[in-house]
Amino acid sequence: MRMPKSLSELQALAKQVRREIIEMTGAAKTGHPGGSLSAVEILVELYFDYMHIDPKNPTWADRDRFILSKGHAAPVLYAVMAEAGYTPKDQLNTLRKLGSIYQGHPDMRFIPSLEASTGSLGEGLSLVLGMGLAARLDQRPSRYYVLLGDGEIQEGQIWESAMAAAFHKVDNIVAIVDYNGIQLDGFVKDIMEVAPLAEKWRAFGWHTVEIDGHDIPSIRRALEEAEATKFRPTCIVAHTIKGKGVSFMENNPKFHGTAPNAEEVKLALQELQ
Amino acid sequence: MTPKTKFELKTGPATREAFGRALVELGRENKDIVVCDADLSKSTMTVYFQKEFPERFFSFGIAEADMVATGAGLALAGKIPFVSSFSAFVMNKGFEQLRCCVAYPHVNVKVVGTHSGISIGPDGPSQMSIEEISLACSLAGFVVLSPADEASTKALVRQAAAYKGPVFIRCGRVNAPIIYGSDQAFEIGKAVQVMEGSDVTIVATGLLVAQSMIAAEMLDAEGISARVLDFHTVKPLDRAALKKAAAETGALVVAEEHLVDGGLGVRVAQAVAEMHPCPMEFVGIQNTYAESGQPDELLDKYGLVARDVKAAVHNVLARKR
Repeated sequence: MRMPKSLSELQALAKQVRREIIEMTGAAKTGHPGGSLSAVEILVELYFDYMHIDPKNPTWADRDRFILSKGHAAPVLYAVMAEAGYTPKDQLNTLRKLGSIYQGHPDMRFIPSLEASTGSLGEGLSLVLGMGLAARLDQRPSRYYVLLGDGEIQEGQIWESAMAAAFHKVDNIVAIVDYNGIQLDGFVKDIMEVAPLAEKWRAFGWHTVEIDGHDIPSIRRALEEAEATKFRPTCIVAHTIKGKGVSFMENNPKFHGTAPNAEEVKLALQELQ
Repeated sequence: MTPKTKFELKTGPATREAFGRALVELGRENKDIVVCDADLSKSTMTVYFQKEFPERFFSFGIAEADMVATGAGLALAGKIPFVSSFSAFVMNKGFEQLRCCVAYPHVNVKVVGTHSGISIGPDGPSQMSIEEISLACSLAGFVVLSPADEASTKALVRQAAAYKGPVFIRCGRVNAPIIYGSDQAFEIGKAVQVMEGSDVTIVATGLLVAQSMIAAEMLDAEGISARVLDFHTVKPLDRAALKKAAAETGALVVAEEHLVDGGLGVRVAQAVAEMHPCPMEFVGIQNTYAESGQPDELLDKYGLVARDVKAAVHNVLARKR
C-alpha cells in the first residue's frame, strides 16, 4: 500500500527529517550528516509517497524495498523509518551508542525491518539485483530501490553489477545516485572523478534520468519514468547538495563524516525552523 | 565399531561432479534453489543445473564480487542460492562480499568452491586454493564442509540446502577415491570414523581421507593401530569425536590438502588443547605455493600422500608418553 502525501506535507516531513539528522548526529557526537542531508527528499518521496510498503507489516512479501548502499547515511534512513512508524522515534538520539538499534551503519540484527545490512561500499546494487531477479522468478510486482553515493560508485563492484543488471534485463530495480560531489577526503573530482556520470550508466545499458535531487515532484516523475521503462534497469542521477538545508554545512567536505557540535546543532536547528 | 578391512582405492567421480549432480536433484525438488556462476559452469559442473533449469541459473561473467552479493540479494528475497566458482576466485575475490553481505547479516547463501587444493594439477598456483578453509572458517556463523568423495558430497550438498544459514562447501577437480557406500549417513558437524584404532588417531579431510586410510593399512602391518576420522565438517568442529580420540589414543595427526596455517589442523589443535592436550603432528602444505604438474606428482612432491601421513604418525608416536 502507498501512503501518499501532498507536496507541502512531504516538504514539511523533509524539514523534520533534517532536524532529526542534526539532533541525532549532534547527540552522538559522531556520524555522517552531510550525505544524510543530501538524500532527504529522495528518501522522503520513496517512503512517504512512492513505495508500496506497510510499516505495520514489514515482511509483506510483495512490498517494495529500499537499500541504503551508502550505509554511512544511516541517520536519514533512521529518521525516515522512525517517521514512517517502523522504529521508535524517541530512541533516535541513541544513535551509535552501545545497545542502540540505531547502529553506526544499518544493521538488520538490530532493526529486522531493514532490507539489508550495509556499510561496506559498493555492495547494495548487487543486493537489489538479486532481489529483482528473485521477484521476476516469483512474478512479484515489487520494485527495488538502492541509493548509491557518488564516491561509492568508484568501487569496481558497482560496474560489475551495472553490467549484470542490464544483461539480465532487470527492470524492477532503480539505482539512485546521490550526486553531491563530496566524499570523505574532499571533492569527488579531486579524489577520483566519476563524471561523465549519466553517460557511464547509459553506456552500461541503463535507462538514465538526471534530476534535481531536492525537487520532490522531479523525483516522483523520475520514479514513474523508471517504472514505465521495460527490459532495462533505470538509474536516476540525482544532483544534490551535500549538507543541504544548513548553510554552513552545504558543500562543506568537513561535514561528510563530522557531527555538528552543540553550537552548530543550535544554529542548524534555527535554520531548519 | 568399524571393522578394519583392507581398504582398496577405487576411484569415483570428482566431488565437483557429485556437487553438480546433487544440485540438479535439489532443483527438481525445490523451485527456490537457484544457481549463480562466474563463467566456470562447465568446470564447477553447475552446467547440469543450467541445462535443466535455465531460468533459475544466473550468469555473472567473470565478476565474483557481484555474484556473491547478488546471491545474498536472492537469498534475502527468499531463494536458496548456490554460488559457485573455483575456490580460489569465489573465496578471495568474493571475500569482502561474503563477509559483509552473507556472514554478518547471516544470509542463507551456499558457496561452493571447486578446484580446491593443489590437486587441480597443470593450471598452477594462481588457480590453486590452499587457504580457503582458513578464510571460510574466519567468517562468523559459516558452516564449512569439505567432503571426501561422491557419496559424502551428495549427502552434504543436500544437508547444506536444508540448513538455514551460510555454508561453504569445498570440492575438488580430480576423480575422488570412493570412501563410502550410498547407505552411509552423514550429519553436518559429526565426523565419521572410517577406520578404528587405538594407538593414534588420524584426523583427515578431503582427498587426505583416502590417503590416511592407506597409511593406516601400512601402519597396521607394522603393528600400529590407527583410527581414521573423516572431518567432512571443518566448522562446527566435532569436539566430542576429538576429545574421545585424544583420550583413547593419546596422539593425533591432522592431514589436509591446505596450508597448515589456519586449516583444519590448527582448529583441531585448539580444541584438543582446550579439552585433552596430547602430542599432535600436521600434514599439509608448508608455507609455500605449488606449481604445475600432474595431480599425483604434486600431492607426492608437496607431502600429501599416505607416506607422509605414516611418517607423521611415527613422529607423533615417538612423542607419545
